[in-house]
Amino acid sequence: MTAETDVTDLLTVRGVRKAFGDHEVLRDISFEVPKGTVTAVIGPSGSGKTTVLRTLNALDKADAGVIGIGDLTVDFAEPVDRATLARFRAQSGMVFQAHNLFPHMTVLQNIIEGPVIVQKRPKAEALSAARKLLEQVGLEEKADQYPYQLSGGQQQRVGIARALALEPQLMLFDEPTSALDPELVGDVLSVIKDLAAGGWTMVIVTHEIRFAQQVADQVLFIDGGVVLEAGPPEQVIGEPTQARTRQFLKRILDPI
Amino acid sequence: MDPATWALIWRNLWPMLVATVTQTIPLTAISFVFGLVVALLVALARISKTGPLSALARGYISVIRGTPLLVQLFIVFYALPQFNIVIDPFPAAVIAFSLNVGGYAAEVIRAAILSIPKGQWEASQTIGMGYATTLQRVILPQAARVAVPPLSNTLISLVKDTSLASTILVTELLRVAQLAAAPTFDFFALYGVAAVYYWVICVILSFGQSRLETRLERYVAR
Repeated sequence: MTAETDVTDLLTVRGVRKAFGDHEVLRDISFEVPKGTVTAVIGPSGSGKTTVLRTLNALDKADAGVIGIGDLTVDFAEPVDRATLARFRAQSGMVFQAHNLFPHMTVLQNIIEGPVIVQKRPKAEALSAARKLLEQVGLEEKADQYPYQLSGGQQQRVGIARALALEPQLMLFDEPTSALDPELVGDVLSVIKDLAAGGWTMVIVTHEIRFAQQVADQVLFIDGGVVLEAGPPEQVIGEPTQARTRQFLKRILDPI
Repeated sequence: MDPATWALIWRNLWPMLVATVTQTIPLTAISFVFGLVVALLVALARISKTGPLSALARGYISVIRGTPLLVQLFIVFYALPQFNIVIDPFPAAVIAFSLNVGGYAAEVIRAAILSIPKGQWEASQTIGMGYATTLQRVILPQAARVAVPPLSNTLISLVKDTSLASTILVTELLRVAQLAAAPTFDFFALYGVAAVYYWVICVILSFGQSRLETRLERYVAR
């Protein structure tokens, strides 16, 4: 099944469809993400961009289509057994818009929960890895605090550390900064930039067009459940060919 | 009150305390623990997307809440022997009270579980947790905070409801008081003592409740 896909692609998405009841959200999504690159997904609200991301982690299971991450390819038109689904989910880490940290656990406990409870790694090892991750996101002194004691940006950075702790092959970000106060956005974006520089393969749904332009190797413009335009940022954001893309970018970059 | 009444009270303080410690409190504690287990299972069945399971749970809750506890006790102790199921008073009381707590607490636990945001389930799923692990590690610890005040009410009601077990021959606190008062008809004195004993238990439980609530609030912004 993987024979025809380019070996350098970490993520391959082919013909993904998803409907909620009668509402067809994704109509035929296909794209590739080469290993070690960053893909930004942009598009108007309701375009299906968040749903695309969620199908990549099977938070929303695609109704049809083939998704390959690393060495695991799953055809969602067929019934997928539980073990395969669990393996598929383990391929990627997810960072949510609303961080979804566990409020009853400290920062450190949040980060080691997956490695210790799910991956059964020794606690001491998980703790030292977690402290390194906290250092990486600039929060080593917050290790023993509860999420409510942190600012929104700090919570989001813990969310990133929690996802990284499982050492997934692919990192998924669902509008990681859109719930934040403007002055907190920068810290989170700079952490994501560091990850990009560190060679992580990432898919980021974002409204931060300037950020996408700086960080992304590839930009997907999604509208009406299809990829309307895809390519390097200088093309999709710089010289979009589609009228819908131009209209969207104009409204976002020049709202008044 | 005349000296004979005081002497009667004095004589019975200890036997009533013994009945409280050996019958009323264990009956309450065991029934509450079993009741919570029943309640959790019923709540999960009620939430489940499997239609028949959910309907069964709804039916159970409806029957338990729609019939008197006294009737439930009588069915277990006096009616089941008709079908050759004979259960001793204490275990019969445990069964009836557990099933009763199970019905009431199920709705409390269900509401508490549903109060936890969907994002908590999703976050658990993305770090690879299955249903049972998510419940145990993420959902129930948070739901506990929501459920403790109403479940404390259930427990405190249960303490007092165990007095109904006197009708099925469990020699718990109220029955000992009844038996002691019967020869002289000095009901006021001995029921008064029983009332004080029940009240003391409930005061202690209320104190425990507020301690527990404080503990569970530690991670919530104030």
